[in-house]
Amino acid sequence: MKEKAQVETGGGRFPATRWSAIVAARSGDGAERERALEALVAAYWKPVYKYIRLRWGKSIEDAQDLTQEFFSRLLEKSLLQSYEPERGRLRTFLRACVDHLVANAKRDERRKKRGGGAPHEPLDFFSAERELSRLDLSQPPEMEEFFEREWARSIFSRGVERLRAELAEQGKAAYFRVFERYDLHDAEEEGPERRPSYRELGDELRLAPTQVTNYLAYARREFRRIVLELLLETSGSDEEFRREARALLGREPAAAGRIRE
Amino acid sequence: MTWLSDRAMERLRDAAAAPDLSATRYRLIERIGRGGMGAIYLAEDTTLGRRVALKVLEVADASGQMAARLEREARILARLEHPGIVPVHDAGTLPDGRVFYAMKYVEGQRLDDYARGPASTPERLRIFQRICDAVAFAHSRAVLHRDLKPDNVMVGPFGEVLVMDWGVAKVLGAAPGEGVAQHSPERAAHSPDALGAAEQAQTPTFDTRDGTVIGTPGYMPPEQARGETARIDKRSDVYSLGMVLRFLLGNAPAGPDAPAAGERLPAPLAAICSKATRPEPAERYGSVTELATDVARFLDGLALLAYPDTPLRRARRLFVRHQEVIWLVLAYLAARILLIFFLRH
Repeated sequence: MKEKAQVETGGGRFPATRWSAIVAARSGDGAERERALEALVAAYWKPVYKYIRLRWGKSIEDAQDLTQEFFSRLLEKSLLQSYEPERGRLRTFLRACVDHLVANAKRDERRKKRGGGAPHEPLDFFSAERELSRLDLSQPPEMEEFFEREWARSIFSRGVERLRAELAEQGKAAYFRVFERYDLHDAEEEGPERRPSYRELGDELRLAPTQVTNYLAYARREFRRIVLELLLETSGSDEEFRREARALLGREPAAAGRIRE
Repeated sequence: MTWLSDRAMERLRDAAAAPDLSATRYRLIERIGRGGMGAIYLAEDTTLGRRVALKVLEVADASGQMAARLEREARILARLEHPGIVPVHDAGTLPDGRVFYAMKYVEGQRLDDYARGPASTPERLRIFQRICDAVAFAHSRAVLHRDLKPDNVMVGPFGEVLVMDWGVAKVLGAAPGEGVAQHSPERAAHSPDALGAAEQAQTPTFDTRDGTVIGTPGYMPPEQARGETARIDKRSDVYSLGMVLRFLLGNAPAGPDAPAAGERLPAPLAAICSKATRPEPAERYGSVTELATDVARFLDGLALLAYPDTPLRRARRLFVRHQEVIWLVLAYLAARILLIFFLRH
């Protein structure tokens, strides 16, 4: 299932494993299918949970049950077997499956299923609720757009976390600090402060301005690579991967490599 | 897990797409525009201490064709040294593998913004003449712009004009796939019409084949809209310039809904617009210089190529040009008549 390839990382290239959760989910190998489920859960559980809460107006408990059940059914019922990448995006397919599940599920049946085949990783529904509370929902959002945005938020959040961990592991915590202060600084959250200049950031972190720009460029490059890896994992086809990269990052990867069928 | 607000998401998007300028002489300031194949960033050239604009390739380019096109655009710009054409300072490949070129950072406003301002018709026409000068110069170097429109023209604070975005320019006289016409600058500089010579040699050579449509609807001529690449010549740019003139004078989008010639414009100007934008290239001005000359003649109150003289029109023009003198003479004559009248009675 693994294959080495050249994947663009913001212009540079690096050897990557073109592993696709969609392909793995259809394989006969139980371990591969488990891994596929984990990747899909990581990418989609929050968007799915928030979507059920908002689109269907379900209570916290019901939304948690339905989210758990959705992902357990995803593999148990081999739902992904019927997904055809050339006919649409995985996200659209998953959202349709969620709608179908919620519309038809009966509460008792759901409860009976709880626990069986549920994702191994505990889902932090509390954090999902906290994120929901921070969204401006004064106007009812258009649900397709909402699902898209939450999916993007999920991918970016995981990307930031992975970047933090990888840079720390490489002894480059200062790189992440520069990235965090410059690119993650949020005026809404942290007050009406403008983004610091390179010089101000250098003074703050005791770095020369050239170090600041170099650290920032490195961290951005790595962040982009990580996001592309995450996208590749959950794309159904090469075309979808390129499209997703374009939508999420503003430009397509230069050389995506093929997802092994 | 890190909570990312919508604004933080936007910043991350920009950050992930930002060019890697480490180990270069440039320091990124901000993105200032985005086009079909590239983004434009404002950067500081730390060596010379000046601001520049960087155009960086931004689309998938596994084949390298787009990179080649951007490099080609930079080479075309480097050859077109003219005050009305944005100068290129540098070109190369960034550490992240993306092709870029650095050009002058133009502070000013786009022509469409300028047109919304209070400029008078003569001022607008003088701006238009400068655009024509730049395009005529490019034609003399065998380069067609092919995407002339208000968005691609910058007007500086002192009325200076810069024609931008030569990304789809067509070079006549180069071998297929080559970036720039293979003729010496000396020869071109001394040639009255290098483009005409290239056309006579029948060597239209650009890497777009017949059927490829390049340009902007509303500004591209019919032959370009039909993808008849082989028929595109300097009169195609004349058409686009005619549409730009129409826009400048009517302050409305060019195209079928643009102010019809004669409705809002003085008849001679309407005739200029009409002649420049005829569907059939043979009926348009033969060159940008002819178009610019007609505009200049209009400003000077002279007869136009697009608006043939009749005795009545000539008389009207003479009257308009010399009306102060005519009024003075008439006033003098009237005074004399009145004086004679009073003396006799």
